[in-house]
Amino acid sequence: MVMDFSIVLPYINLFFKGALTAFEITLLAVVIGIVIGTLVGIGKMSGILPVRLICSTYVEVIRGTPLLVQLLIFYFGLPQILGFTLPEFTAAVLALGINSGGYVAEIVRGGILAVDKGQMEAARSLGMSYAQAMRYIILPQAFKKMIPPLGNEFVTLLKDSSLATTIGFPELTRAAQIVAANTYRPFEPYLTAAGFYLVMTVGFSWVMAAIERRLSASD
Amino acid sequence: MIEVKNLYKNFGKLEVLKGISTRVKKGEVVVLIGPSGSGKSTFLRCLNLLEKPSSGEIIIEGKSLQDPSTDINRIRQDIGMVFQHFNLFPHKTVVENITLAPIKVKGMNPKDALEKAMELLDRVGLADKADSFPASLSGGQKQRVAIARALAMNPKIMLFDEPTSALDPEMIKEVLDVMKDLAADGMTMVVVTHEMRFAREVGDRVMFMDEGIIIEEGTPEEIFERPQNPRTKEFLSKIL
Repeated sequence: MVMDFSIVLPYINLFFKGALTAFEITLLAVVIGIVIGTLVGIGKMSGILPVRLICSTYVEVIRGTPLLVQLLIFYFGLPQILGFTLPEFTAAVLALGINSGGYVAEIVRGGILAVDKGQMEAARSLGMSYAQAMRYIILPQAFKKMIPPLGNEFVTLLKDSSLATTIGFPELTRAAQIVAANTYRPFEPYLTAAGFYLVMTVGFSWVMAAIERRLSASD
Repeated sequence: MIEVKNLYKNFGKLEVLKGISTRVKKGEVVVLIGPSGSGKSTFLRCLNLLEKPSSGEIIIEGKSLQDPSTDINRIRQDIGMVFQHFNLFPHKTVVENITLAPIKVKGMNPKDALEKAMELLDRVGLADKADSFPASLSGGQKQRVAIARALAMNPKIMLFDEPTSALDPEMIKEVLDVMKDLAADGMTMVVVTHEMRFAREVGDRVMFMDEGIIIEEGTPEEIFERPQNPRTKEFLSKIL
């Protein structure tokens, strides 16, 4: 049997749309992940025991359970409590974002711990509060160290956004499924989807590498 | 200006400070000398609560640091600190390093802060480096910027924690000269250093510390010419 990619051409818009949606989900999830991750990452180093406990538990639960199960809980499980179903897009973004928060928290914590202890001391000795020292001195430097792992996290999320297929959301993988069903030829559409993912992840890695180069210019 | 009463500090089981009591008067330059591990730096870091004393009391300008109602961030604004490893903010330019705290902590307007920063940079001889990043400066230049940064808050007291120990020998003088000027201007200073010439020339009082206590203190002449305690004598004979 010969491969014939011309069969996906009539559906190519579906792939582009799916790729765009996958990208949107990922981007929003990353933003949520960074916000949650920053708070939880700092919380894990808090001097207040309950805060530390809550944040550690969050990270453990998120990292210790499959993302697919988390997604199913959000989409199929939550309505039982909420009384209404979240739109697929919202459920996917929330599940991925909250999941990402657990991983980003560890990235943030690692980034902060990598900043020299003297930086906090210098900031505090000038009269800055802990929060001010974090905001103006520690986090900007930690963020620089976090760029490479955050880039990896983004790539992982982009690939994991394919799980949204399971709740029937029309993203990239779902597009390939539809085309495969319509044409009775699964190989070409799935290969095409894989190609789209690859182009996006590689392209993104280039962007990250460029950002890293620019940020390291001041060192 | 600074009063220390019976200060103790342990790190776990290790007792680093074992009952330090002393006073520092306004405008006085006190130099702390002593072997490594004698507790000099720990003592200095207790004065602005970078280390929390295990017991005892520190009173800065009538305010007890151990009083829970004391706002330590407010007190620290009046106590500048200069570190052995400079601790400049690497992601900020020289002038931003100096203006950040006055703007964010004191609420100074950015224009005034900049003016003040330029004045201070001029004073430490680095006006031309205002827009450089710390990474491009030599050690001596970094330390002078660090001094300017601390001075930008208009502190009443300056603490120096081995400010020249991480410097190449040829850069030590430029930093000590800035500190001398500061002393001559009447700044209250507590300096931990191994620079005995500085201690002798600039210090009003020299304290010799060993094993967590002040063994002997007095004028530079008393300590360097006529040390009374055998441990002081032994230490000085090794380094002079």
